[in-house]
Amino acid sequence: MFPIVSKRPLNEAGTVIEYVIKAPLVARKCLPGQFIVLRLDEYGERVPLTIADYDREAGTVTIMVQPVGQTTKMLELMEPGDELADFVGPMGKPTEIGHQKRVCVVGGGVGCAISYPVAKGMWEAGIEVDMVAGFRSKDIVILEKEMREHTTNLYICTDDGSYGEKCFGNAKLEQLIKYGREYDEVFIVGPLKMMKFTALTTKPYGIKTICSLCPIMIDASGMCGGCRVTVGGETKFACVDGPDFDGHQVDWDELIARNSFYAGEEEHAKEHICKITGGVRHG
Amino acid sequence: MAERNMSMTKNPMPEQDPLVRNHNFEEVAKGYTAEMAMNEAARCLQCRKPRCMSGCPVNVRIPEFVAKVAAGEFEEAYKIITSTNALPAVCGRVCPQENQCEGQCVRGVKGESVGIGRMERFVADWHAAHADEFPKPEKPAGNGHRVAVVGSGPAGLTCAGDLARMGYDVTVYELFHKAGGVLVYGIPEFRLPKAIVAREVAGLEELGVKVVTNAVVGRAISVDELLTEEGYEAVFLGSGAGLPRFLVIPGESLLGVYSANEYLTRINLMKAYREDYDTPIKHHKKVAVVGAGNVAMDAARCAKRMGAEKVYIVYRRGMEEVPARKEEVHHAMEEEVEFKLLTNPVKVIGDENGYVTGIECISMELGEPDEKGRRRPIPVEGSNFVLEVDAMIDALGTSPNPLLRMTTEGLEADKHGCLIADEKGQTSREGVFAGGDAVTGAATVILAMGAGKTAAAAIDEYIKAKNA
Repeated sequence: MFPIVSKRPLNEAGTVIEYVIKAPLVARKCLPGQFIVLRLDEYGERVPLTIADYDREAGTVTIMVQPVGQTTKMLELMEPGDELADFVGPMGKPTEIGHQKRVCVVGGGVGCAISYPVAKGMWEAGIEVDMVAGFRSKDIVILEKEMREHTTNLYICTDDGSYGEKCFGNAKLEQLIKYGREYDEVFIVGPLKMMKFTALTTKPYGIKTICSLCPIMIDASGMCGGCRVTVGGETKFACVDGPDFDGHQVDWDELIARNSFYAGEEEHAKEHICKITGGVRHG
Repeated sequence: MAERNMSMTKNPMPEQDPLVRNHNFEEVAKGYTAEMAMNEAARCLQCRKPRCMSGCPVNVRIPEFVAKVAAGEFEEAYKIITSTNALPAVCGRVCPQENQCEGQCVRGVKGESVGIGRMERFVADWHAAHADEFPKPEKPAGNGHRVAVVGSGPAGLTCAGDLARMGYDVTVYELFHKAGGVLVYGIPEFRLPKAIVAREVAGLEELGVKVVTNAVVGRAISVDELLTEEGYEAVFLGSGAGLPRFLVIPGESLLGVYSANEYLTRINLMKAYREDYDTPIKHHKKVAVVGAGNVAMDAARCAKRMGAEKVYIVYRRGMEEVPARKEEVHHAMEEEVEFKLLTNPVKVIGDENGYVTGIECISMELGEPDEKGRRRPIPVEGSNFVLEVDAMIDALGTSPNPLLRMTTEGLEADKHGCLIADEKGQTSREGVFAGGDAVTGAATVILAMGAGKTAAAAIDEYIKAKNA
């Protein structure tokens, strides 16, 4: 079992929650860009989530979760001291860090929880890191302090202008590029449509653009093939060949369709979350 | 000894009615009663040179256990079987006996062979039901040496069990949240109830075997670290063949195309067929399963149980070439799975939202035999037609997962990704042994068990020599 060590909301609206989980086997070697698979209890589904941070000495791994689906909504009901049945990783290849001189990391909403560890990893490796963090509005901004501490420049933008600049992340990125910032790589994490359009932004400039994908998967070890994505015309398994891929090569429309496959089942399931048991079902 | 039973046919296996069972996940075959088992045992001629044993990859002492069954001494029979076979309740259910022990049986020359598998199953189930009446086997005295086993499928469990019985301190590392490998994620409940796998694993734990689930060897911990930091003197790799093959035809990314691994894992390991589990699954109406091995039969029979009105096996060769066990094919047909033979998909067709609506197929004919002696299927020009389905499941075989060979320096594999090991399971790395599907590519449970057994003996020899 994997105890929840701590839990805190990352913004005033409580749309993203940070959990620190005791998982020594995962913490001993995990790196930015890798992910875990968790299962709440015997009846739970296996859900992949990116590793946001880790503490090798304490044997803990941090995840940041937006309660939107059945499992994440049930996780929201769990408290420090509660235990997750399963927490396995690290899965996937780590983000390639070290060959870059100057990068721009773009995070969209909760995607900042995934792009922040990469920005931090790059910044700690001595790479100049600009970060564009886009949110819908001020109340859902997360990790501002952490991002500011681990980047050269942080640009926060909101769709409604309630905080930072009023623009979309891809517009801010394009502005920076047009003003002459020379990036040898752009790293994007966010909702699929946001990644698709941000990758389109960098394409005319010929800047290498890496996106972190999170398709539907079960085992996360190359076994089910559910996470297959078409990249440059070839079928890849996001769990073992990724999760990072060249954003200019990904077949985004196919991936968007595939990720919506169980949307109907998910809506149905969410109506049946039991708040009395605190999310965990025993038996 | 009871009087010899000279009936030409086996005692029939009590089974659920096909049109009832294709709507539930309960076990198809209900198992022999004690009376049936004793009656069947009396069909054995107790050959002086038993050919059946030569057909068994783990050398079960078949005539001896059958004699005990005939005499009604079932616990004695159990002891004889488990002296060489760690998983009798599993083997009695899923072994391809017709190609092994029963395939060699002299009674099979002029009639049906003795029902060895059915008796093995009976003995294992009888023991489980009466386990409380007998003293538990004593935990063997430890010899102070530690061995790590990677993967908890049939190869890993067998290797771990044999080593534990020799006194080794064994730890099994499993990536999934449950031990059992293909026995829990692949083979469906109606063919191998998961409670039986759990019972076999619990039996190993009673012997002192430790099972660590949620452990990704290759990422969280490397094989080298197991041998150095963790202090294991040898490692056995029984990581199976988990990488699914696809047809590689247009449209395979459409919604409703699965690997058999995905479809079966959702249902078996993740229990999507049960209302109380969260794992989502689609209830397709018309399903095509491509391929005709045992996995294809399992996927087709699962699809039927998930409520599909039409389930097709689509196979490019003919009935004679079908690689699945006869019994599985027979069961699938009884359950109204339809066989589209000499048929090969060329393209998956979808609607404007990307959902599968059919597969374009081409008819095939058989040409000259290939290097394996199987007649090569050749497309018949212009014979294309559309099979209307809303799901396609690829059951085309699997190859070993590349993770271990990618993360272990000096561990050699062939061009198919299969780990290279000698007949004892020794790999290209000292102290590292391997067996089962990780070495052979997708094969059977019993062959993997045989390999696990051989490797256990080789590991014992290796550690003894090293410490001599």
